[in-house]
Amino acid sequence: MNIGIHLPILAIAVPLLGAFALPIFAKVHKRLRDMWAAAVGAFTCAMVIALAIQVLSTGVVVYTLGAASPTQAVTQGGFPIRIVLTVDGMSAFMGLISALVGLASLIYAFQFLKEDQGKTLAMTLFFLLWAGMLGMEYTGDMFNFFVFLEVTSIAACALIGYRTWESRPAEAAFKTMALYTLGGLLVLLAVAILYGQYGALNIAYLSSRIRGSQLDKIALGLLLGGLLMKAGAVPAHMWAPDAYGEAPAQAAMVLVANTQASLYGLWRVLFTLFGGALAAPAVGWLVVSLGTLTLLVAVLMAILQRDLGRLIAYGAVSQIGYMLLGVGVGLVALASRPDFGLVAMQGGIFHMLNDAATVGLLMLAAGVVRRATGTKDLTALGGLGHDLKWTGGFFFLGALALAGVPPFNGFASKLLIYESSFRLSPLLTAIGVLGSILLLAVFARAFQGVFLGPRLRAAQSPPVGMLVAMGLLAAVILAMGLAPGFFVEHLVTPAARALWEGRDLYLAAVLGG
Amino acid sequence: MSVVVRTVARIILPLVLIFGAYVIMHGHLTPGGGFQGGAVAASVVALLVITFGSQRWKRIKGSLSFLEDLGAVAFVALGFLGIGYTFFRNVLAGTGGLFGAPVPFGPNPGWLNTGGTLPLMNWAVGLKVIAGLGAVVLMLGLFGGGDDW
Amino acid sequence: MIGNLPFVVCMILIGLGLWTLLSRRNLIKLAIGITLIECGVNLFLVTLGYVERGVAPIYTYTQPGVTMVLPTPQALTLTSIVIGMATTALMLAFAVVIYRHRGTLDARKIRELKG
Repeated sequence: MNIGIHLPILAIAVPLLGAFALPIFAKVHKRLRDMWAAAVGAFTCAMVIALAIQVLSTGVVVYTLGAASPTQAVTQGGFPIRIVLTVDGMSAFMGLISALVGLASLIYAFQFLKEDQGKTLAMTLFFLLWAGMLGMEYTGDMFNFFVFLEVTSIAACALIGYRTWESRPAEAAFKTMALYTLGGLLVLLAVAILYGQYGALNIAYLSSRIRGSQLDKIALGLLLGGLLMKAGAVPAHMWAPDAYGEAPAQAAMVLVANTQASLYGLWRVLFTLFGGALAAPAVGWLVVSLGTLTLLVAVLMAILQRDLGRLIAYGAVSQIGYMLLGVGVGLVALASRPDFGLVAMQGGIFHMLNDAATVGLLMLAAGVVRRATGTKDLTALGGLGHDLKWTGGFFFLGALALAGVPPFNGFASKLLIYESSFRLSPLLTAIGVLGSILLLAVFARAFQGVFLGPRLRAAQSPPVGMLVAMGLLAAVILAMGLAPGFFVEHLVTPAARALWEGRDLYLAAVLGG
Repeated sequence: MSVVVRTVARIILPLVLIFGAYVIMHGHLTPGGGFQGGAVAASVVALLVITFGSQRWKRIKGSLSFLEDLGAVAFVALGFLGIGYTFFRNVLAGTGGLFGAPVPFGPNPGWLNTGGTLPLMNWAVGLKVIAGLGAVVLMLGLFGGGDDW
Repeated sequence: MIGNLPFVVCMILIGLGLWTLLSRRNLIKLAIGITLIECGVNLFLVTLGYVERGVAPIYTYTQPGVTMVLPTPQALTLTSIVIGMATTALMLAFAVVIYRHRGTLDARKIRELKG
């Protein structure tokens, strides 16, 4: 068996198998379960990285399920009937984000989760969520996308609410589940409308047929609504602070990566699926205005928070606003094709990677604080820096990077967004900068309140595994801050180009010719 | 529950199971399949919980989740069976072995011994759905704690 | 006109579901609202596959020259029903957990998470 041609499906099927086999191994022995989880995690990451290298060196990779050969995506008449996985630069980039977040979360989980508090269950759900995220990012089929979207919804909500001995997680999970399901149903309705018109579900085939009829526009609206709801953009953001605040730390950071997978779906819909028909600046302006609104509302709400988890959650929501702003500016510029559009897309897409790493780091640090003190109430915390030196340092690093202070990575991506959005409208840049400044103030206050000051109580320092997970993310943040050019050139630009001008390549790879 | 309900439940219980098994087994020939048949068969658990109360079946909870995991693993493993070509490739169809008989041309009543990996996948899904849906019903019964009839 | 009736019913079901979500405060009723929307979408999918005077798409049963309805939307609907079952079960389980802790299902009274 030549493993090189099966990379896309292995990256999805192996975590899926890992999830289902995990409880069986747990029945045999807990150590066997941990070894299995580590092996599956490492294997999945290796597959994702190998796939990214393959995509970046040879172009779009197509994998057809159930066919005689993986590249046989269409039948004789040029009509795709099988489920196709299509991995281009953007998908590979998103896969790397998911792999990074998943790996850090898994390392952290080994020592963070307690055996008598559903450790096996949480790890099973994590692998399901991971498989669903990678599936969303690699799939080339709209219905398959919906199925993976729902897989992530169910796994994510179960991860938020599995601690049934408390009431708050169940409340957050119910609210999240209702909104996720509603969003998923909007996506399904849109898929049904597209299927009814064109009789196909394959993204490439649909994209080659869509001409922008009235029904197409309705479908686009439904897809926008559903995916933005799942991404946690204002005005459908109310689930996000509850979910991030109540989920255990290692799950909360995967939820952030999950919102980014939904955003990826949105980019795919806007640039590839509707790329040929609806390159209207109006949609771009809609995305831009939602982005600025998300950014402003989330930052203002963050100021009011008294709970560390919810404060970080609003920080995470505000970053979604920056991504929408960056890619929205790109979408506005796409119709007239000025050069700053690509720069804006680079900024927005680079910011997804930055956000996954920095918000993840902050959430893991908050998890350490909660583990050591039993609370996340900002008014009850203080002086933890005496005992939790490393955690405090990581939190400080994450806060600076999130607020976009130079020379960290958040600055690099935000600078790209600022300089391109300035060309579109200086007002957008002003709002973005204002958001960053407020965010810095909020997180500086949080850091000062939690880690500085006199020692209020002794805190137990976290075990090595949790520090390693945070160190991994911190190393990525530092690397991206010190050499942003390298990352932009080798990872972000191929991803941005895949959306910006890669639609023809995407279509040709699936449909041939 | 009253003696009438219990007696009727005992009588229809095997019939429901048989019908569920039929729907699973003919999934590749007629409407039906793993999920539908599994849902039919899992209604047995609902029947048992309603008739005899959920506390009595508490101890089968562990084996139900084990069976559910087993079904899911079997399904993914059957997908990996075709990895010589591609994932989910139906390698057993038309090879002459189990479920490998060639499908006759033209209208026919449908032969059970065809379909390759599809019937096997139906059984895997059926197992998962019987156990999973049964566990859901049982858990909701246990959660509610209302065994007072 | 009569052929469009299923689509009208879909929209009515979806509208009813949305109205339930907006007007009710009981968690179980919210779950019912979501399920109603889901039913509307599923009906929409299955209606899309209907061909006038078509028969069930069982390849080996059908006589030559008879039109069959499209099988793909039925498969899609089935998948969506399976997913719907999982989400409904999960939501009801959360509702039960909330009820056990707080003793009520009223969404206005259980709001611990604010801001």
